[in-house]
Amino acid sequence: MVEFCMPSLGADMEAGTLVEWLVKPGDWVKRGDVVAVVETQKGAIEIETYQPGQIEKILVDLNSKVPVGTPLARIRGEGEAAAPAPAPPTAPAAAPAAPLPVQPPVRPLPPPIAVAPGAAGVRVSPAARRLAEERGIDLATVTGSGPGGAITYPDVEHRHGEAAAPPEKKRAIGLDLPAMRIAIAAAMARSKREIPHYYLEHQVDVTGCEQWLTRKNATLPPDSRLLIGALAIKAVALAARGFPAFNGFYRDGKFEPAPAVHVGVAIAIRGGGLASPALHDADQLSLDELMSRMRDLIQRTRSGRIRSSEMSDPTVTVSSLGERGVEALYGIIYPPQVAIIGFGKVVTRPWVVDGAIAPRSVVTITLSGDHRVTDGHAGALFLAEIGKLMQEPEKL
Amino acid sequence: MSDIDIRRVLQEELNNIAPEVDMASVDPAADLREAIDIDSMDFLTFITAIHHRLGIDIPEVDYPKLVTLDGAIAYITAHLKSHRG
Repeated sequence: MVEFCMPSLGADMEAGTLVEWLVKPGDWVKRGDVVAVVETQKGAIEIETYQPGQIEKILVDLNSKVPVGTPLARIRGEGEAAAPAPAPPTAPAAAPAAPLPVQPPVRPLPPPIAVAPGAAGVRVSPAARRLAEERGIDLATVTGSGPGGAITYPDVEHRHGEAAAPPEKKRAIGLDLPAMRIAIAAAMARSKREIPHYYLEHQVDVTGCEQWLTRKNATLPPDSRLLIGALAIKAVALAARGFPAFNGFYRDGKFEPAPAVHVGVAIAIRGGGLASPALHDADQLSLDELMSRMRDLIQRTRSGRIRSSEMSDPTVTVSSLGERGVEALYGIIYPPQVAIIGFGKVVTRPWVVDGAIAPRSVVTITLSGDHRVTDGHAGALFLAEIGKLMQEPEKL
Repeated sequence: MSDIDIRRVLQEELNNIAPEVDMASVDPAADLREAIDIDSMDFLTFITAIHHRLGIDIPEVDYPKLVTLDGAIAYITAHLKSHRG
């Protein structure tokens, strides 16, 4: 038997509010399934389970705010014997009277998935249905993102944000920007207090990289085109595999290298927010796959729908200014990570190529490293490797 | 499709990207990237949406022609016209 607990979605999170269950007792879940939705300072986050098995009991009511680590449900692993069915310890048979008139949706939960009226075959969770009713949203107009296309609470929230709010007020409802600012402040203050940063910068000629991208994108429809930001993430991920001292966590006075490369992607949110969810196994992905995951991740982050594992486990972060902004940025490491790589905007500069000055596209790449784990020497080799990879896009 | 319809479609798609912006108040000759603060990913989303809604596959080399609302409307109008006749 395993308890499924309120996860910590970053160093700064203390508690979360459970707003939706996507499973009910008796349901089978596999590793990575989204089982619940939790509201946090970073928005509505879809919580996944790491434990495959059967949901035995739901332990937390909807709309309860509970601290990190609180058991939310019990999951019985495959092959484990079922708990003795009769004699539940707390509820004697035939005791239906609820002790207190708390919120209406209490245990036992209704089946979370039902069929939406007017949309045959579309499954809708009860919380999503309630929200849709409250806000007068036609469920037939909502696209589901849950298991098998089921419509979940964030889907309806998002739809509401899109369709119903007056244009000047519209914003993804799962995002609470003032709360997010508090979370950023806590994490960054801790970083500056605890992590002795060192900073390196490297200017790289990416003319060839841009030409390669232009040629490739000319053959592709818009939804398959690549951005240079995807190449930057892949280059960092590959380099991190070769320099494991930059990929992992500093905890309890020592560095633990991470077995996989999950690149945190710093994503600016309109109105002044920032989140860095993980692109999992970025070193293993083809550029096309990485780009499509990045698009999805940015879109979900900006609408306040990040998954729990994406919030909690980036092993190294990339912050990219894109085509606007300035030439260089020096990031602050997100604890407990030990490195952040910054990409400035690509600019045209006079550059010496084969002994002659020519206009070239140049990007400034920076590394902020944790001096408790690495030194400038190792950092320089790591940063140079990233620059070299950016110049060989066909190998990314 | 009239200019007004095209403008409405483009404004809707830009509003999906920048929901808080009142598109009616945006200068149609201003660079959208500055005027409504959109990045390269947002711009690609905009181009992709035009592809899906209007069936126009805008090549990357033409992106600079679409960075203002007026420019985008002129580009799309010309494209639709040339494909009709």
